[in-house]
Amino acid sequence: MASVVLSEAEKVYIMHGVQEDLRVDGRGCEDYRSAEVETDVVSNTSGSARVKLGHTDILVGVKAEMGTPKLEKPDEGYLEFFVDCSANATPEFEGRGGEELGTEIANTLYRVFSSESSVDLKSLCINPREHCWVLYVDVLLLECGGNLFDAISIAVKAALFNTRIPKVRVLEDEEGSKEIELSDDPYDCIRLNVDDVPCIVTLSKIGYRHVVDATPQEEACSLASLLISVTSKGALTSMKKMGRGSLDPESIFEMMETGKRVGKSLHIALQKILDEEESLGTSRQKVGFLG
Amino acid sequence: MAAITMRLPVARGVVGPGVPRGGEKHLVAPGDTITTDTGYMRGHGTYVEEEKLIASVAGTVERVNKLVCVKALKTRFNGEVGDVVVGRITEVQQKRWKVETNSRLDSVLLLSSMNLPGGELRRRSAEDELAMRNYLQEGDLISAEVQSVFSDGALSLHTRSLKYGKLGQGVLVQVSPSLVKRQKTHFHNLPCGASVILGNNGFIWIYPTPQKKDEEAGGFTTNLEPVSLSDREVISRLRNCIVALVTQKLMLFDTSILYCYEASLPHQIKDILKPEVMEEIVLETRQRLLDLEG
Repeated sequence: MASVVLSEAEKVYIMHGVQEDLRVDGRGCEDYRSAEVETDVVSNTSGSARVKLGHTDILVGVKAEMGTPKLEKPDEGYLEFFVDCSANATPEFEGRGGEELGTEIANTLYRVFSSESSVDLKSLCINPREHCWVLYVDVLLLECGGNLFDAISIAVKAALFNTRIPKVRVLEDEEGSKEIELSDDPYDCIRLNVDDVPCIVTLSKIGYRHVVDATPQEEACSLASLLISVTSKGALTSMKKMGRGSLDPESIFEMMETGKRVGKSLHIALQKILDEEESLGTSRQKVGFLG
Repeated sequence: MAAITMRLPVARGVVGPGVPRGGEKHLVAPGDTITTDTGYMRGHGTYVEEEKLIASVAGTVERVNKLVCVKALKTRFNGEVGDVVVGRITEVQQKRWKVETNSRLDSVLLLSSMNLPGGELRRRSAEDELAMRNYLQEGDLISAEVQSVFSDGALSLHTRSLKYGKLGQGVLVQVSPSLVKRQKTHFHNLPCGASVILGNNGFIWIYPTPQKKDEEAGGFTTNLEPVSLSDREVISRLRNCIVALVTQKLMLFDTSILYCYEASLPHQIKDILKPEVMEEIVLETRQRLLDLEG
């Protein structure tokens, strides 16, 4: 994570502010920065989304490819995550500098989506034991402005919502060999149900209270943070503690409750914007990267 | 109660009058021809090719008698002697500190250019050198003045006045150096209840107005007492106003910040950063500034 250096007095100022529920930019402890979400920004993917949360800029592309199902789950497809920390975000990511952070984020995403109910993997199966859809989710970090995990999970959910997987038909030959036929109509496709896809909420502990959506300055003041993934119904699918400080079990419980509450509002806001974007249809003015 | 707002992106531009006041400005991009007249001397940001004067940076053309130069719009801080800067200590070396001031090279603050606590005037000894870290550590913020410029372009800073020195509690906002207007003084005590230091290098420091004059020279003891909630609200609002002005590319000086603050009072502090509210506030500020001039 690109870290900023702060003086002792600045850290004390931030900590006292959090105590009084007034952060440096006027937000409360449970407020998110204003986010911008746009889907379908990359044309050669099955689905894509771009999320801007303050200064954090994330681009996610989903590609659907045909593959063989895993041995232990022969009638399901699967998701593969890859995170690329671009050197655009911060000079620390030059060369192999961003690899460590990238693997950490990718492993967190695997864990978040490890729950069986997150994505309906059975709908991705074409032929049990032989063919299935593999969704390659590629995350690109364009700018680091604090709170990476939340922004990435919002972008992944938006990209999965936008994903269009072409419909395939399995044809049986006289000899018994199976042939896969792709539908001719480019608009004939199946879409994923993202109602149960979880979103990550990061709660950073600053002083005696915790904040949601920390800026890089606030992240420099917090010694420990809790990462929880929440579904739209408020169910927790995974939890991870980050940072070198310690957390009291009481505060972990409080943070979990805050996370569930904030997570539910996050899902409602995100679903509303995705539905709004979809209802605009082809009349939507695409902004992309030049806006 | 969590407040989460999401929006669809809209291509946004800068609001306000299209033609700048004070005549047309000659804007150039790298590679644009400035003039084909060979009688001019070329200054910074230009080069000569095939008897034409061509710009090498993107900015405005400045003409002083026979000297033509191009002043870049977005650039690192190019310090002049006498500029007030706000910087962050990056390294503690022998007899000097390296200060980050958003310029091409880290600036230098020599131990001899720093005031001793209590305002003593004496030669710096070996004990002073060993105790350097007690004065300023990595990460500390200071306000200083540019004393001189080294031959490689690095700035030499000094804090030989009571108003400069280590900064205490407050908020730092980093903006582009070209947006800070050059004025007589850069230390302002705003009537709304906070003070602001407009560093020429683009580092803006907002802090609560000190109640009484500190006896210590240069503020060696930092006051770590909690700042009151009313002061915090003023500081947060000022910080958001400055971010709004910078996003709309308005010059920063005490009057523009004050007008923006007053225009933002009807809104909640966290709403100032919403694009529609930002445009509305900056439009009102621009209007008031135009009325002030006209």
